[in-house]
Amino acid sequence: MSLLDQLKEKFGATITGANLENVDPWIEVAPESIVAVCTYLRDEPGLAFDYCNSVTAVDYVHTDEKKAAKSEWQPHLEVVYHLFSMQHKHSLVLKVMLPRWKGDEPGDLPEIDSVAHVWRTADWHERECYDLLGIHFIGHPNLRRILCPEDWVGHPLRKDYEMPLEYHGIRGR
Amino acid sequence: MATIDDPRTIEFDVRTDEMLVNMGPQHPSTHGVLRLVLRTDGEIVSEVTPHLGYLHRCAEKIGENLTPRQFIPYTDRMDYLAGMNMNLGWALAIEKLMKYEPPEKGRHLRVIIAEMGRIASHLVGMGAYGLDLGTFSPFLYAFRERERILDLFEEVCGARLTYSYITVGGCTADLPNGWLQKCEAFLTQLEPIIVEYHTLLTTNSIFVKRTAAIGVMSAATAIDYGTSGPVLRGSGVDHDLRRDGEEIYTAMYDGYAFEVIVEKNGHYPKDHDYPAVPREAILGDCWHRFYVRMLEVMQSIDLVRQAIDRYSVASGNYGEPMKLNQKLPKGEAYLETEAPRGQMGFYIVSSGDAIPWRARARSSSFCNLSVASELCRDCLIADVPAIVGSLDIVMGEIDR
Repeated sequence: MSLLDQLKEKFGATITGANLENVDPWIEVAPESIVAVCTYLRDEPGLAFDYCNSVTAVDYVHTDEKKAAKSEWQPHLEVVYHLFSMQHKHSLVLKVMLPRWKGDEPGDLPEIDSVAHVWRTADWHERECYDLLGIHFIGHPNLRRILCPEDWVGHPLRKDYEMPLEYHGIRGR
Repeated sequence: MATIDDPRTIEFDVRTDEMLVNMGPQHPSTHGVLRLVLRTDGEIVSEVTPHLGYLHRCAEKIGENLTPRQFIPYTDRMDYLAGMNMNLGWALAIEKLMKYEPPEKGRHLRVIIAEMGRIASHLVGMGAYGLDLGTFSPFLYAFRERERILDLFEEVCGARLTYSYITVGGCTADLPNGWLQKCEAFLTQLEPIIVEYHTLLTTNSIFVKRTAAIGVMSAATAIDYGTSGPVLRGSGVDHDLRRDGEEIYTAMYDGYAFEVIVEKNGHYPKDHDYPAVPREAILGDCWHRFYVRMLEVMQSIDLVRQAIDRYSVASGNYGEPMKLNQKLPKGEAYLETEAPRGQMGFYIVSSGDAIPWRARARSSSFCNLSVASELCRDCLIADVPAIVGSLDIVMGEIDR
């Protein structure tokens, strides 16, 4: 039984999709079950994904209207988890689709449960993700900016981010 | 706070409040611009909070605005002590996405360069660590040897720090005539010097006292915090991407004879030639992390020799660098390589343009540093530099 079938059997409809054609095949998980899926992946002896390589996100939005009209996807954010198993030496990519803003209200960060208690390393990765892409991780022990100053406005890796013209008297651009 | 009932005892009373101490951003032990906030109770550190972001050079944002080959010089500046290995990581990640395989000769060439980079980086790691613990001579000696590697690199690509030599599709040039002989001569000369370093540091009783049984990290903690490289192997986890990584990377080391440097049943591979583990040392402490690095230098010397032999007899060329504005195939790829400091991962999302949609760097030092607050709990202030130094961090890689 493939891993995808195994997860589908266990988590049913919350495994919302997969792309097995990509260079790194990935499995898509609904945001509400990410912690359950991650805990299962870590604790199931046959899978034992005990090593979290990276947690990151990608912003999908075209800032150019012409390109936006032609694009194949609706604007959204993808949170990407790269996992590895020290014991079995296999890897897995998980994805979670999120809206760019919670309830389509610009400024309201989209929310997802934190996996920092599943893998401790996710703590800093999620902070970086929050800082640069603006995703709120619910239940994170210390969700503060990690690279930008505390009072920085905006999330620099969003595609529609605009560099501030002034910060504490320092000129931008 | 303690209260004083009898005023006569006042001069004998020691205030025991907690105190916040700032270490850095430019403290010699913080290897760049890192600020550590220590919460101390007398000499004991109860909490260490690292603050990052002083460099923050927007590397990922720049990666989303340049083609992969144009981004190569930026990868140099991430881990500036191992620019070659960073070039390699990025180039391989793009090649994985493009499903391109460099020719055999190119692969051996990359092994030579990458392992020389590892030696140079570990020498700095070793020397700077000695400096953290108050010994100066090994630092000078290590830099002397590193200079010779930089001389060799300069002959190859004209640069001494930011090489941009290994690039997507291959390398920017072949090795100059006579380079291999010079490289071999250097290795022969380096080998006996490593023994000196062992005398100066590894077996030095002050060094052992400062590092053995300090900052002990269990294998489970090391994995949980996502540490990698010598930090992970110093905790006894048998994992090296040169052997366990993805095929595009392990293909480079296909057929090479090497054993992962990690303690197995109380012994390190080859440790009969080198000082034995001191009685005070515990697996996962600062001393073991340092020792793994030292043995890896020997291993890299061996690997470079093997690569030189294979490179000299391999047919074909060293690879063809990709065009500057070549379009990338649609899709995404993530690849980790074993850089000197650990696993360096690059994640590329391509929408089919010449410029990646997203270029993400996951660095080893970032994860290695995150464990510092765990290791420094209840240690002495003087041990903080010993612990942070043993992680061998480079800030350029942590701040993006």
